[in-house]
Amino acid sequence: MHKEAAIREPLILGHKTYHDITNDVCHPIEDKAPRMWYLLFTIAAIVGLYGVGNILYLLGTGIGTWGLNKTVGWAWDITNFVWWVGIGHAGTLISAVLLLFRQKWRMAINRSAEAMTIFAVFMAGLFPLIHMGRLWLAYWVLPLPNQFGSLWTNFNSPLLWDVFAISTYLSVSLVFWYIGLIPDFATLRDRVKNPLSKRMYSLLSFGWSGRAKNWNRFEIVSLVLAGIATPLVFSVHSIVSFDFATSVIPGWHTTIFPPYFVAGAVFSGFAMVQTLMLIMRKAFRLEAYIHTKHIEYMNIVIMVTGSIVGVAYLTELFVSWYSGVEYESYAFINRFSGPYAWAYWSMMTCNVFSPQLMWFKKLRRSMLFTFIISIVVNIGMWFERFVIIVTSIHRDYLPSSWSMFYPTPTDIGVYIGTIGLFSVFFLLFARFFPVLPIAELKTILKSSGESYKNAPDDHH
Amino acid sequence: MSDKVFYAMYDDDDVLKDGAKKIVAKGVKVNEVFSPFPIHGIDPIIGVKHTRLGIMAFLYGLTGLMLATIGMRYFMIVDWPMNIGGKPNNTYLQNILAFIPVTFEFTVLCAAHLMAITYLLRNKTLPGRKAENPDPRTTDDKFVMEVRLSENPKFSAEEISAMLKETGIIELNQKEIN
Repeated sequence: MHKEAAIREPLILGHKTYHDITNDVCHPIEDKAPRMWYLLFTIAAIVGLYGVGNILYLLGTGIGTWGLNKTVGWAWDITNFVWWVGIGHAGTLISAVLLLFRQKWRMAINRSAEAMTIFAVFMAGLFPLIHMGRLWLAYWVLPLPNQFGSLWTNFNSPLLWDVFAISTYLSVSLVFWYIGLIPDFATLRDRVKNPLSKRMYSLLSFGWSGRAKNWNRFEIVSLVLAGIATPLVFSVHSIVSFDFATSVIPGWHTTIFPPYFVAGAVFSGFAMVQTLMLIMRKAFRLEAYIHTKHIEYMNIVIMVTGSIVGVAYLTELFVSWYSGVEYESYAFINRFSGPYAWAYWSMMTCNVFSPQLMWFKKLRRSMLFTFIISIVVNIGMWFERFVIIVTSIHRDYLPSSWSMFYPTPTDIGVYIGTIGLFSVFFLLFARFFPVLPIAELKTILKSSGESYKNAPDDHH
Repeated sequence: MSDKVFYAMYDDDDVLKDGAKKIVAKGVKVNEVFSPFPIHGIDPIIGVKHTRLGIMAFLYGLTGLMLATIGMRYFMIVDWPMNIGGKPNNTYLQNILAFIPVTFEFTVLCAAHLMAITYLLRNKTLPGRKAENPDPRTTDDKFVMEVRLSENPKFSAEEISAMLKETGIIELNQKEIN
């Protein structure tokens, strides 16, 4: 019943019991927060508030405070939007796709990866909203009856598809995450001592009692949600890529965009998961649950998706030449040799070269190396979006409108601010929510826990 | 009607499962099992039917698909047809390619949310509800099997508790309810 091949490395190290799992996950929530948490939270909150200030200034003054000009009408805003959406892809991929493939190692990381997804998509959604300039008219993106005719939203436009894709993705991810959290909130409800916490977790756990029928439904709901979230993950970044691919701009008008964007999104999302996990496992002493094998699995995903992205870059170059369209050829020659060549080559180094180092087993099992690469990959993926967006439009058809993009302090402030806000959300999550799925981890203890795995067959 | 409820507590999921098998074979009806995580294989033993939520999700998805199609046909073809690049938009079918992304997203949106709502309602897990597990340890590492006297008219209270005690329990609690 609980047997698994002995040559597979155990997923839960040490001699853990069910009670140990509960304790290990709940302790960081019940204990006093370490001083480091307060320090990080303060820094994140200051940076986040600086971002909020910049956004308010932008809304009050207008998007002229960004460095956009007549030629480069999309720059950091959309770069940041696509970057955050991409990061937001790992969570649902880990919990949905890996659930369908019955990958048990996902259980060490799915809870925090989903949280990361939700917060990243919040940050992503912010950019199109503030790019509207008049935030209070944001409801115009919805097909609501109105007094203009009545004039509907244009369902032929990829920008509207994006509205539907991002909002569906955000809300479905949130539901998926919360349904998994309910039983774990019940665990916390039944063990915390502080009456205020007890009330809070009582409210959050919706009165979950763990009846057999509830668990039966729980498993089916998770499976069906995973089944429909899987195509959703792929559709969302495909639709984001349609924003560019359905245009007639050389450099954007590319049919390989959807798969290439999806691979890039998974690539950057997993890198962000690595960055956060490596810090969290140390801070919360969760080394028994998130260990070298998990890091290695994620590094393999990073290596594979990084290679897909690399092939896509080279295909783009080849096709631009092979197509014989001079505008296309120029767009790509300009990318690697024009004024933004530095951005192109940083992207190539970070995204194509660095993940190839993961072929070495020593490197992909090294925590320090993984941490560095995970940050390098996210820098590279930011540059990828910048390169695609800005280098394709800064050379217009008319040389008289050729231009460059220079970010203003508001551009930088809003971007840095979203990193701060994201960190604020994630730190709050790590402080008050169970960071590992307690109930799900217990289901794999007997099959993948170290002490059960190689024990004599006394259970079944 | 007054009733007597037995709560047999176990510290291992497999022991509970074997115990349930044993007493069900003797003709006892197990009313409920409370556990900190899903015990695979317990449902057929204690007679919990497989949930039909998956079928509901499919129907909810169909609803979303239909609503999206009806809505977009009305907005884009009937009420305010637009001439985009001189391409025909007289019928929904001629433009259907552009409508596929939103149709898909809306199908998923309806299926996921309506299924989640149904799940919460059927489980009666809603904000503000009180927990009903008999012991707080059942969300940690203990497993409880509930047997009711009223549902086992063939047996006396003593017989039931004797049978439960043979199944490797660690605690047995009895409660009178009115």
